[in-house]
Parts: sequence; C-alpha cells; structure tokens
Amino acid sequence: MLAIEAKNLRRTYSSRTGFLRPRRTVTEAVRGVSFEVARGELFGLLGPNGAGKSTTIKMLNTLLLPTSGTARVLGHDVASDPVAVRRRIGYVFGGDRGLYDRLSALDNLRYFAELYGVEPRDQRRRIAELLDLVGLTGREKERVEGYSRGMRQRLHIARGLLHKPDVLFLDEPSIGVDPVAARDLRRTVADLRTGGTTVLLTTHYMAEADELCDRIAVIAGGTIQALGTPDRLKSRVQERDILEIEAYGAADEHLDRIRELPGVRGVAAEERGSRQAVMVQTERGADLHSRVLAALDGIRIGRVVTREPTLEDAYIAIVEESESGADRGPGAAAADRSEEVVA
Amino acid sequence: MTTMTTVPRILRLTVVGVRTHVSYMSRSPLEITFAVLVPLVYATLAVYLFRAADDPDRLLTAAVGAGLMGIWSSVLFGSGGAVQNQRWLGTLETLVSSPTPLPLVLLPITLATAVIGTYAMGATVIWGTVLFDVPLDFAHPVLFLVAVPVCVLSLGMMGLLLAATFVLLRNANALANPLDAPVWLLSGMLVPITVLPDWTRPVSWALPTTWGSRAVHAATSGGPSAGEVLAPMAVALALGLFYALIAVLVLGRVERRARAAATLSLA
Repeated sequence: MLAIEAKNLRRTYSSRTGFLRPRRTVTEAVRGVSFEVARGELFGLLGPNGAGKSTTIKMLNTLLLPTSGTARVLGHDVASDPVAVRRRIGYVFGGDRGLYDRLSALDNLRYFAELYGVEPRDQRRRIAELLDLVGLTGREKERVEGYSRGMRQRLHIARGLLHKPDVLFLDEPSIGVDPVAARDLRRTVADLRTGGTTVLLTTHYMAEADELCDRIAVIAGGTIQALGTPDRLKSRVQERDILEIEAYGAADEHLDRIRELPGVRGVAAEERGSRQAVMVQTERGADLHSRVLAALDGIRIGRVVTREPTLEDAYIAIVEESESGADRGPGAAAADRSEEVVA
Repeated sequence: MTTMTTVPRILRLTVVGVRTHVSYMSRSPLEITFAVLVPLVYATLAVYLFRAADDPDRLLTAAVGAGLMGIWSSVLFGSGGAVQNQRWLGTLETLVSSPTPLPLVLLPITLATAVIGTYAMGATVIWGTVLFDVPLDFAHPVLFLVAVPVCVLSLGMMGLLLAATFVLLRNANALANPLDAPVWLLSGMLVPITVLPDWTRPVSWALPTTWGSRAVHAATSGGPSAGEVLAPMAVALALGLFYALIAVLVLGRVERRARAAATLSLA
C-alpha cells in the first residue's frame, strides 16, 4: 500500500472584497497535482513561494478540502475519512507559532499527547524519549516563550511525533533556524526515515533536500514541473556549466542583458547580505566569461567561479522554464492565476 | 495508539485540557486583571445600590451576583472567541489535525473560560467582606460550593454552543458585547427575574445561566430546603448538556466548512 497517493488534486481559493459592488476573486493555488509516495520514503516538495506546496500538504493532512481530485494517505481518503488519516499522520510546520508559549514544553507535550490519543501509561516515557530525541531534556520545564526559534522548532517536531505517526508532513521545518540547529534537524529527519517513517518535506533549502530526499517533486504555478531523484533532477542541467559571480548592485536590466546572450540557458540572482550571487547557466563549453562580465559593466564584481551544476541549479532551471512556459501560455502564469468576477 | 472514544478517555482529555487552558489563561496578567476588575466594579455598584434601597440583608447576594456576572462575561468573551483565539495563536491547525473530534477539543477551552470566571466570584466575595463588611452567612455553605462548579460546568457547556455559532458568524466579537448585559439581566444574576416583564420569562427559562444563578443564590440566601438549590442545579446541567449537544451537531458542519473555506489558519 502506498503511503501517499495524490491524483489530479486541485484547490482554488475565493475571496470577496467591496460592499456595494462586491467582487469575488478566485485564485487557483494547485492545478492538478499527482504523485505517489511509497512507505518509508522521504519525499521532497520544492517550489517558490506561492507555488502551492503548503496548500498541497494541507490537503493531504486533512486541513483543506480539495476542490477536485482525490488523495489517500495509507489508503484513507483525506476528504471523506479525515479522522482515520489524522490518527496515522503527524504535521509539523516552521515558524514561531503553534505552541502555547506561556506554558512549559512539558505542559505542551502532555496536552497534545492527550489530544493525539497517546495511552496515559505510555505518555511519560514517550515524552521523555522525544525530549531526548530533539535535545530538549533539562529544558522541558521552562516556558516556551523563553525558547529560541530552533528550540521551538524542535519542540514542534516532538509534538508531531508523540503518537508515532506512520507519515510525517514537515512544512518548511528549517525556516529561520540557525545552521547548527538545521543540521541537527536534518539528522533527526534522516533518523526518522531510517526508523521507517514516511516523510513528506517541503523546504527552500536545496542542500537539505539533496541530502535527505529519496525523490523530489518541483512544483511551480500550482503544477508539478519535475519529479525524480535528486541525481535525476541534476542530470537535467548536466550539459550546462554554472558561472557564479559575486556582484554588488546587479539590477534586473543587468540580468536581462545576460539572459539575451547566445549560449545562456538561465540566470538567477540571490541576495547574500550586501552582495549578490549571480548564477549564470551556460551551455557546456561555451566560454562566456568575458561577455557576461561585459553585461555587468558598471557594477562592482567580486569572485568569479565556474562550477558543476547542483540541485539548486536544476531547481532554478526547472522553475525558470515553467515561468517562461507560463508566460507563453495565455494567462497561465502564477501571477495571473487569479480571476475576478462580479459577485 | 488507541482512539479517543471511551468515557474515561474523554474525561481525562477534558481534565487535562481544562488544566492546560486554565494555566495558560491564568498566566496572562492582563486577562486576569480584566476578569477580576470588571466584576469588582459591578460588586461595588451593587452593594451601594442594595444599601441605598435599605436592603442590607442582601449584600452577600449582591457580591455573589456580581461574581456570576463575571463568570458569564468570561464565558461569553472567552468561549465566543475560543476558535479565533486559537487561530491567532497558530494552534488551531495542530488542534484540528489531531484525531480528537473538534467538540472534544473545544469543550475544555470553553470550560476553562468558565473556570477563569470563578476568579471573579472569589474576588467579589472577598471584596465585599473586606471592604464592605458583608457577612459570609451562606444559607447552605456546602451546597454553595457545589452550586458554583455546577454553574461553571453548565455555562462552559453553553460556551461550546457560543464557540460553534460565533465561528460561523462574521464579526462575532461585535455580537458578544450586546449579549453581555441582557443575559445577566434575564438570568436574574443581580435582580430577580420576577421584576422583569412577563414576556421575558420564556427567554430566561431557556438560559442555563438563569438556573445556575438561581441555584447559587438559593445556596447563598435561600430558604432551609436543599431542594431549592438542587432542583435548579439539575435544570442548569440538563440545559447545558442540551446546548452542548446542539454545539456538537453545529461543529461537525463548522469543521467541514472551515476545511472548504480555508479559514483554519491566518495565512
């Protein structure tokens, strides 16, 4: 039996604005997502903000009803049999919220242990095990409001594991967590998978996805753009070279100029404090060093390196391809996925 | 792991839930100040009114009545806003994604708001004794200590219906304000309902607050018969249970609607 089975899932949101002339805005967040996750697999769902990752997770963990399509978790339908699904799943999301912060970690865990139906005689042992697993032993009697973000995140994970779920949904668990805490978190997730828990992980951190995931689906514009093992996704950009340039003040016009150069397959810029990392994907062997630097004429340039493509480069290529494909299609871009109707 | 269906399990969940939420609410100095301060103002006004009316024998009734008003206010605003408060805390999604049915998740929260209201009862009685020399001559002291928790329980169960209906209505907070004073007036918390027009009587009878406050007042200053306390207590409990059952039916729809309308989180 599959752990997760999503078939053509769709989800639209509608909102109303205005009083005298009400307008209803309909936004398609997920537009026909299908995938399967085997038991014990660690499956990654990657995508830019607003791509539909969280909406997909929330349909699978019964918090949202799909507008159409079906999904089953361990054979239970998420729309018609939510309680059976909830008994078998854990849900952990990133960020500061979702805990009773005026209470201690122990009080939080005791309460959620009751809600998740952990046998009273097992609670003390289970809570102690989990506090140990997430490294909060000794701090469990302190109020959560005094916890760092990383500690809160670890407490969230302990909460999500109280009832030993067969399937764990991790929605951006490492967001805002420092590198050491993020490494510990990755180790915890890897251990869970080794223990047989199926994990569905969404993250913005490609290194995290590359290290942990058996398979990855890249979602953009509400649809899955690519699905495969990290190596398979990377192979999509294997015929490319990556030129990484440290720049100070590269604007959109500079990136557009690079994009127009023959032999360039994609350009992305990432803010890194006061500088930017401009990543240029070129055809393998095309020596575009000087022409790329000429396109950045007028701004300060730091280190320039040519390197092998990573999962991040594959991800950027997939998302850019989907965006350019959507631009070509009539009104299909993510930004254009809303329509207004007079209610 | 077993499911949450058996009676001992439900009782345990309720006790742990009430303890958790009472602890949580009690650790907000602002919430506790408001829960206690407003009834103290009511108690002060009531004591002066009763004294001015040459009715000094009923000063304890005034203090207890102000305490009942405090319990009602706590239930009205706390339970009415229970779902919204959990949404603001970001805990609503974790609560809903648990295998426990939504009414059993919310009942401990609404009961906790009623328990928090008892701070007001304690405060108004102590305030009356210390400041106005109100004698603590309860007609049935033991029954008083039973009647108050029963009143809390029935109001907490009624709070579940408030939580269920308020979540369906937009601007529920605006609705809570105008419900505050009419309900304590119609329930005879401070003045007997016999002084109100006859047409209000059926409304009063339908409110568990009426029977709860009748039981508490009878234990405070009623006649010698214990039945005067026990009978309204039973009616209060039965009405509370009735409203809680309606709430269970409503909440089934509320949850499905929230899943359809994506209103479980703020995002």
